Amino acid sequence: METKDTKRVEKPFDFKANVIKALGNRQLRSNLKFAMGSMTAKRKALFSDTAAFEALRARGNAIRRRALLQLPELLEQLERKCTENGITVHWAETTDAANEIVLGILRDHGATRVVKGKSMVSEEMHLNRFLGDHGIESLETDLGEFIIQLDGETPSHIIVPAIHKNKQEIARTFHEKLPDTPYTEVVEELNAIARKTLRKKFYEGEVGLSGVNMAVAETGTLCLVENEGNGRMCTTVPPVHIAVMGIEKVVEKLSDVPPLLRLLTGSATGQLVTTYVNMITSPRKPGEKDGPREVHLILLDNGRSTILPDEKLRQTLQCIRCGTCLNHCPVYTRIGGHAYGFVYPGPIGKILTPQMEGLDRTSAIPTASTLCNACEEVCPVQIPIPDLIRRLRNESYDPDGSVCGHGVKRNLAETAVWKAWALVNRHRALNAVGTRMAGIFGPMLPRIGPLAEWTRSRNRPEFARKSLHDMAREEGISDE
Amino acid sequence: MRQYPPKPEKAYFFGTCLVDMAYPKAGMAAIRLMQREGVRVIFPPEQSCCGQPAYNSGFPAEARQVAEKQMEIFDKPYPIVVPSGSCAGMMRHHYPKIFGNSPLRARAEAFSERVFEWSEFLVHVLDIQLEDRGAPMTVTWHSSCHAAREMGVIGDSKALIRKLKNVTLVELENEHQCCGFGGTFSVKQPEISEAMVEDKIEDIQQTGAAALLGGDCGCLMNITGAMAHRRIPITGHHLAEFIWERIHGD
Repeated sequence: METKDTKRVEKPFDFKANVIKALGNRQLRSNLKFAMGSMTAKRKALFSDTAAFEALRARGNAIRRRALLQLPELLEQLERKCTENGITVHWAETTDAANEIVLGILRDHGATRVVKGKSMVSEEMHLNRFLGDHGIESLETDLGEFIIQLDGETPSHIIVPAIHKNKQEIARTFHEKLPDTPYTEVVEELNAIARKTLRKKFYEGEVGLSGVNMAVAETGTLCLVENEGNGRMCTTVPPVHIAVMGIEKVVEKLSDVPPLLRLLTGSATGQLVTTYVNMITSPRKPGEKDGPREVHLILLDNGRSTILPDEKLRQTLQCIRCGTCLNHCPVYTRIGGHAYGFVYPGPIGKILTPQMEGLDRTSAIPTASTLCNACEEVCPVQIPIPDLIRRLRNESYDPDGSVCGHGVKRNLAETAVWKAWALVNRHRALNAVGTRMAGIFGPMLPRIGPLAEWTRSRNRPEFARKSLHDMAREEGISDE
Repeated sequence: MRQYPPKPEKAYFFGTCLVDMAYPKAGMAAIRLMQREGVRVIFPPEQSCCGQPAYNSGFPAEARQVAEKQMEIFDKPYPIVVPSGSCAGMMRHHYPKIFGNSPLRARAEAFSERVFEWSEFLVHVLDIQLEDRGAPMTVTWHSSCHAAREMGVIGDSKALIRKLKNVTLVELENEHQCCGFGGTFSVKQPEISEAMVEDKIEDIQQTGAAALLGGDCGCLMNITGAMAHRRIPITGHHLAEFIWERIHGD
């Protein structure tokens, strides 16, 4: 079987070029429209009781805030409990360190074949590419991940990584990339092809690798939800299981899990509960007939601890990666996930990516929002995403900001424009002159700058010769 | 649910910068409809912009200066009525936030308590009744994101439309999806904005309506500008102007 990984030659990130390319792909637009419509409808049906949903997400918010407020303590408790349970805990400050830890464990076992469950943290690590460079086969076993790995692509969605493809495209990929596979568009047959290919691989895998949806400090339990059973296979069949987790995913108590799981699966896929809910608390114990002989937990920071001290930005870390903000985002549903250029797309990506990668490279990403608040309205843990987008826009101009790369846009003419705007809008005479000029000269303005962008798809705004200020005065509206 | 005051003797009108510059007739219609219900409308001439353009673009200090100015101007305890869900949302929900923990915060909170979106004010405070004198017609309605998600007043705007007996309202299929305006978004991300407004127009055309009504002039400027560009003969109107014309038989 051929597998390719992420392309090696990385071009500098050019958001506008990505957007234009994505919007030009009519197939992508229609795939996204179809898929998102169905996902948002399922979620809506599940959370139809608004009052109950609001109460539940307030609870989810409280659980996540409480966890983040005592994050260092909870992580230490998690390490202690996991160790007591026989799970080996590793700490990684960077993705490089995390990759080295994975490689070290593989080498200890002379392993060359890894079967992987879905994990966004492993995407942050670019783990498949790293392992491939070290001669290790790392096979994605989640159906969507399996499909995109065959095509050498990265996930375009946090939950549904191959959402950008339709069944015809998948049929073609299977036919071309899997040996002796006839072309079929029948979904059941496509599933059967993947199942047959992967089943064998599970038994050959020497190490299983998974993500973690949340870890419980109180009991040292790793929770993992999934619908295909591949996660359970990865975490129970191979003799060694490695779990990778962002440090923010810890919760305090076992009783925190049910409300968060309800919010997670309901928001992600509109399910009351997923087909598989894995609660992993130890390796195989003496006398037990299955389960891995070793379980490792890698706790990855990768910039999260720098987000934590700021009480506003900290809310970014409340995220439980349900992906519903993507599904409801009018921008994501037009351009898809790849245009965002980094691991996390959509609204959560707009606030997370700049903080992880630095605004110097990513300041275009927070501009790609109309601040329509659809994400905030559905976020199961009440992250005020629009407010955090505004904050990051401000950080882009602010030489005294706190986010890495802050002030990258401080020298743009825009800064002067807004200063002038503030002046005009505080002085009646200036404001009146500005409004009158718009009325008189508006139709004559050359199509450059913002007007050029506006008029590419719209007629220019018609400014009135007589403003409301003028009319109100002339018609004797009281000014006290 | 918001508690509404009884009908006041006087009310402030905050016209918004966009109505002032591009939709003054809508602003006058909104004022006239309030006057018709016996309210003395006060229009302080020093008023300008709510500050949202700077606030959303990453310039909170500039937004704060302009917001502070509006708070000085609208200082008497009258309700402040705003013919825009977006500007009303800024003044009602974001003003307190932009003052952080400064001494002005308490003043901003008191100010924001007095802010009402125009159709909300007409329905809940003025309990307005309308007699439609226009010919039968079909319209559709565009919900602005902030009127819907910050102010929660879409039901009120539609209630006003439904008081017009000769007007049939056909709702959009994706009514709660953004039209792609987003203030400076429309010129910073013009390609995405265009893709969004194209979908909105398609949805509008599906309704078969002769006119599009809205409560936010930013959205209207975007959608009608894009429809005109494509020579689509559907007109766009602010709800206030539309109602004013209907009750006068235009």
